[in-house]
Amino acid sequence: MPSKLVPEASPETQPFWDGCAAGQLRLQRCRSCDAFYFPPRPFCPTCLSEDVVWEPVSGRGRLHTYLINHRAAPGFEAPYAIAVVELDEGPRMMTNIVGVENTPDNLVLDMALQVTFESRGEMMLPVFEPAR
Amino acid sequence: MSIRQQIAIVGAAETTELGHIPGMSSIELHADAARNAIADCGIDPARIDGVACAGQSPVAVAQYLGITPRYLDGTSVGGCSFMLHVRHAAAALAAGMCDTVLITHGESGRSRVGVGGFGGPGFGGATLQGQFEAPYGPTGPPTMFPMGVLRYMKDFGLTHEQLAMVAVVQREWAGRNPRAMMRDPITVEDVLASRLIAYPMHLLECCLVTDGGGALILTRADRAGDFPTPPVYVLGTGESSETPMVSQMEDFTTSKAFRVSSTQAFSEAGISHSDVDHLMIYDAFAHLPIYGLEDLGFVGRGEAGAFIEEGNTRPGGRLPLNTNGGGLSYTHTGMYGMFALQESVRQVRGTAPAQVPGVQISVAQGVGGMFAAAGTVILTNQNG
Ligand SMILES: [Zn+2]
Repeated sequence: MPSKLVPEASPETQPFWDGCAAGQLRLQRCRSCDAFYFPPRPFCPTCLSEDVVWEPVSGRGRLHTYLINHRAAPGFEAPYAIAVVELDEGPRMMTNIVGVENTPDNLVLDMALQVTFESRGEMMLPVFEPAR
Repeated sequence: MSIRQQIAIVGAAETTELGHIPGMSSIELHADAARNAIADCGIDPARIDGVACAGQSPVAVAQYLGITPRYLDGTSVGGCSFMLHVRHAAAALAAGMCDTVLITHGESGRSRVGVGGFGGPGFGGATLQGQFEAPYGPTGPPTMFPMGVLRYMKDFGLTHEQLAMVAVVQREWAGRNPRAMMRDPITVEDVLASRLIAYPMHLLECCLVTDGGGALILTRADRAGDFPTPPVYVLGTGESSETPMVSQMEDFTTSKAFRVSSTQAFSEAGISHSDVDHLMIYDAFAHLPIYGLEDLGFVGRGEAGAFIEEGNTRPGGRLPLNTNGGGLSYTHTGMYGMFALQESVRQVRGTAPAQVPGVQISVAQGVGGMFAAAGTVILTNQNG
């Protein structure tokens, strides 16, 4: 069976993936705006300040939107949801939802989610599960 | 300086065949459409001194057609690229950078003759999409583009039946167009019974995958009299972009690029919504006309589903929309924007298969990527 795609870090995103490997979701925060942002880059997309720091976030968020893919990518078993989670800290990320059958009845918009990590080759990928 | 009514589309044509064309590669589809547009207006090909296209390099298209250009535009921002080509060509022509611009589209979307692999630049490896979207299992536009639909449904009460109605109405238009690929009438029940591609989207709510192309020839309005075709004047244009990553849209229920692009075009055209006789909104999926009607300001937020359901965009309705049958029923090669422009030109010329009586102003709204980019072109047959 072919395996799922393994993400490949770039110089600007390496700290994000290092965080995942350590079991921690880390994002950048702009000290001028006092706001988190995503995806990673070495400056704030709002004010272009380079005074930014990597910090762990809560890993908690809400299911913002999703669809259920019926045509599986390599390593996936259809149907499965491709979702967008809105983190409590503000930024949104694409994700998969684990720990629950991916049906419209189970996946209710705005339900609380929490991060967990899925092994992909040598990498750990952030995914989300219903909050306990 | 405004380009309002200074520029005219004098030649317009699609490829001779449309739909399934296994005998032509991508570059030949560009050239077939270009030769048809040249024949449409009877221009001496030696007068063409500008080339714009997407999918192929304008260098390749110019050389293939024997053109020595002094203006090239390879803007490639997805299916709306051709709206941007019209906009850029209008500016270049108005500035005297060149005299006649040929814009071409050709795509072997179905037969995949002479084309590269699927996915496109930017989606693999260590790109941001490759890292933060691709690992979650998308398998093409149907599994990404409709990402906001459930959010829209929750926020505005759009029903599955209203979404399905978009496809039903467009099939009604396609039934009046002999060149449309899918012409048999369908019902809301048919749409909802078709197989799920990416919930909440069913097969009949997703665009076709076809081969084909189209071409436009533009020149300054004062030269339009040299050609036998009725001139179609560029009244206003706009363009914008938001994000290459659908997951990073500011608001999943509205396209910022649609709003910025169309506001610019309407302002330049100096028209209000009630002046618009005919509308094309790029429909890669059934939710696009809904977003487009709202983002272009034809209806209020959350009203588009009911507006379509009530029949306003149907044949005989007060805002005829996607009158060729659209990407859902007419054709969709991959970069459909050229076909939306072609139908706007036909409606303004009065030569469309499903002609709307008395069209003076038509708006063509294009999308690129998955709400990544947008282009708007407003056309008229009125001079001054
Ligand atoms: Zn900042």
